Amino acid sequence: MNAIVKTFPGVKALDGVSFDVRAGEVHALVGENGAGKSTLMKTLAGAYRADGGTIEVDGAVVAIDGPRAAEALGIGMIYQEFNLVPDLRVIDNILLGHEPTRGGLLDRKTALARASAVLAELGIGLPLETPARRLSVAQQQMTEIAKSLVRKARLIVMDEPTAALTEREIDALFALIATLKAQGVAFVYISHRLEELPKISDRITVIRDGKTIETRATADMPPDEMIRLMVGRPLAAQFPELPPVPAAAPEVLGVRGLSCGQGVHITDVSFSVRAGELVGLAGLVGAGRTEIVRAIAGADVPTAGEVAVAGARVVIRSPRDAIDAGIALITEDRKAQGLVLGMGVRENTTLAHLRKFVRGVFVDRTAEVAQTNDEIAELRIRTPNAEQLVRNLSGGNQQKVVLAKWLIGEANVYLFDEPTRGIDVGAKAEIYALMVALLERGAAIVMVSSELPEVLGMSHRVLVVRDGRVRAEFSRAEATPAKVIAVAAGVAA
Amino acid sequence: MQAADAETAAQLAASADAVRTRQARNRLLRGGGALLGLAVVMFAINAFSHGSFLTAGNLTNVLRQITYNAILAIGQTFVIITAGIDLSVGSLIELTGVVMASFANAMPFDGPLLVVATLFVGVGVGAFAGFVNAVPVVTLNLPPFITTLAMMLMARGLAFKLAHGQPVPLASSAFNSIGTGFVSGVPVPVLWLAVMVIVFAVLLTRTRFGRYVFAIGGNEEAARLAGIDVRLVKTLVYVISGGCAAIASLLLMAKFSSGSPNTGIGNELQSIAAVVVGGTSLAGGRGSVVTTFFGALLIGLLNNVMNLLNIESYTQDIVLGAVILIAVVVDELRKRYLAR
Repeated sequence: MNAIVKTFPGVKALDGVSFDVRAGEVHALVGENGAGKSTLMKTLAGAYRADGGTIEVDGAVVAIDGPRAAEALGIGMIYQEFNLVPDLRVIDNILLGHEPTRGGLLDRKTALARASAVLAELGIGLPLETPARRLSVAQQQMTEIAKSLVRKARLIVMDEPTAALTEREIDALFALIATLKAQGVAFVYISHRLEELPKISDRITVIRDGKTIETRATADMPPDEMIRLMVGRPLAAQFPELPPVPAAAPEVLGVRGLSCGQGVHITDVSFSVRAGELVGLAGLVGAGRTEIVRAIAGADVPTAGEVAVAGARVVIRSPRDAIDAGIALITEDRKAQGLVLGMGVRENTTLAHLRKFVRGVFVDRTAEVAQTNDEIAELRIRTPNAEQLVRNLSGGNQQKVVLAKWLIGEANVYLFDEPTRGIDVGAKAEIYALMVALLERGAAIVMVSSELPEVLGMSHRVLVVRDGRVRAEFSRAEATPAKVIAVAAGVAA
Repeated sequence: MQAADAETAAQLAASADAVRTRQARNRLLRGGGALLGLAVVMFAINAFSHGSFLTAGNLTNVLRQITYNAILAIGQTFVIITAGIDLSVGSLIELTGVVMASFANAMPFDGPLLVVATLFVGVGVGAFAGFVNAVPVVTLNLPPFITTLAMMLMARGLAFKLAHGQPVPLASSAFNSIGTGFVSGVPVPVLWLAVMVIVFAVLLTRTRFGRYVFAIGGNEEAARLAGIDVRLVKTLVYVISGGCAAIASLLLMAKFSSGSPNTGIGNELQSIAAVVVGGTSLAGGRGSVVTTFFGALLIGLLNNVMNLLNIESYTQDIVLGAVILIAVVVDELRKRYLAR
């Protein structure tokens, strides 16, 4: 790809990006949110058309004017949100659009043979007859990879492939990538998890503000150097200093005997959080951490147990009850649960507390705009203005809009579920700083995170969750990665 | 730092102004373009119809003709913005018409009081039917297509049973001025429509309820987690739709001096057509009462023109269908153009 330019209304997303990928190479692409990684990849996949620049495959300039064209050139895309048809079986998903037919009818035998051959080539097993919706995230990803191989992909682009995987699944994925590399398949690997890049990539390209900053062999690019290139300025320590919890700080959130049967069952969960304290919930994906915070926030209705805010018992049957009790839930999936993408920054920011902006029976837009502009300035949300549709913002800035929505409520309890997933280092640091500011104000915070360094670096106390129960509690001083992983994986306690 | 913040704020404000200006220009662009096109077409038609089209009388007539459909379409707009649909409004015209006529005939008093009481009864019945439509939707998450289809059949059957298959003639003459009267040259039903467009446009764009309607259509789960009472808001849109059907029915009943059990057939689809031609997305999250009014107006003008040009009714259906399709396609292309 050479000097690619792509502009959106009010935003120049790509401004002359160039890079190349060799056969059998894993080329990592890193950059902050909004740096242009996703846009670049969508251009390569034919989802967007470039406004300038050229793309060459095997030395010949090509025009990629749609997903079909990309496919014909051997380019496969595996997005962060998978593109499987949930109700179709795995085998049908793998062969979707390439179903073998005989005399106009589907040829099941050949289909099975072809799917099995691809799985054999990958050295993996998948339940071919199971509907895709019943697969784990890792299995869905394998299905996507198999799908791209059926299409004879020679270059596979993966966007944040490890974001939702457990450690063991990540190892399996890396092994799979190695297998395909040996067969000459090239990868473009987009990730925010910088620590995994030395394990998996051959070369790294850093992009920033829609421009290529530098391409180097992975060995010549230590992490701190990478971060410096990404943010364009030296970054302070990764995690801010946590203010100590005052000895006399009262309990702000009390959870006693909480059980809930929606999603992963949680059973008899009890803990308390004091003013100015941050409690981290660690555990594997699917352990029930999200369900715990959802039950506290009324997103799911608990079947048993009590929640107390500032010492007083509150009955929470709906999100409204929780909001009225001063509990804010920042959900893990901002697009599905946090934002109305077709609305502007202003409308999203005020959505949960629109009451505050009502004069008589009318919504006071001037007041809304004023408050939203304050939040934009305070959280440094990169948007042309308060009216921009949230859909057009980058992931990190979307997350900041979600935060703005809950900050204007001035709650006592903030429940953060994967607050930095899919977000770049710069935005992460800003979100951590914000958490510290909330703690200093006397708020209680519960944070769910799958990134162990984050849980250990940002928590006063760590609770480890497995199979819907709290299995262990560690103070900041006691918590080590080894101890937490042991409990989370069921090896200890 | 403070100065920098102030500067950022000023830039933001300036940028927001720029966007608003651009939005205003775009509105003008599409509104102005449409108006100009409409004007050209109208003058051409006027020439073809030997001057019978562009007369105050004829244009007033068009407005009067579209009143009922436009009022239905206002309620339908609210439902469709939440990504729902209401197929029962045509039948509800019939049911509320029969109920209102029977009620008015049974009351011992007359005059304006009777009109007001009848209106309340009719709107009550329509709103209750809307509530019944909504309950399975909000409690069991059933598709509104099915619940309102069931209501369409039930309401029509009930209207026929109550009326014994015959129109119920209205004994009172107190309704005449609503149905056929004029206020300074404007037909009274058109005034009702004007008031309703304004009231519901304000409700949709300036109140919390209106904002929630859009939020639910845009992302129901995000709306729920933001503490919005999704069930209540969704119930209310069907109640509004049923209430609008009752008001349209009152105006029809006043016009014909009877409540009839077969006046509403096909009206539900006409109202959906008006909403869609007005640019509201069936996928929810987007729409406007004012553009719905223009959608109804466009369809009304088209019918009127074809009548003036003596086009037979089968051909009229073909043209109407084609226009609906073209309107939606053009609207989609325009949106894509503006979104670039």
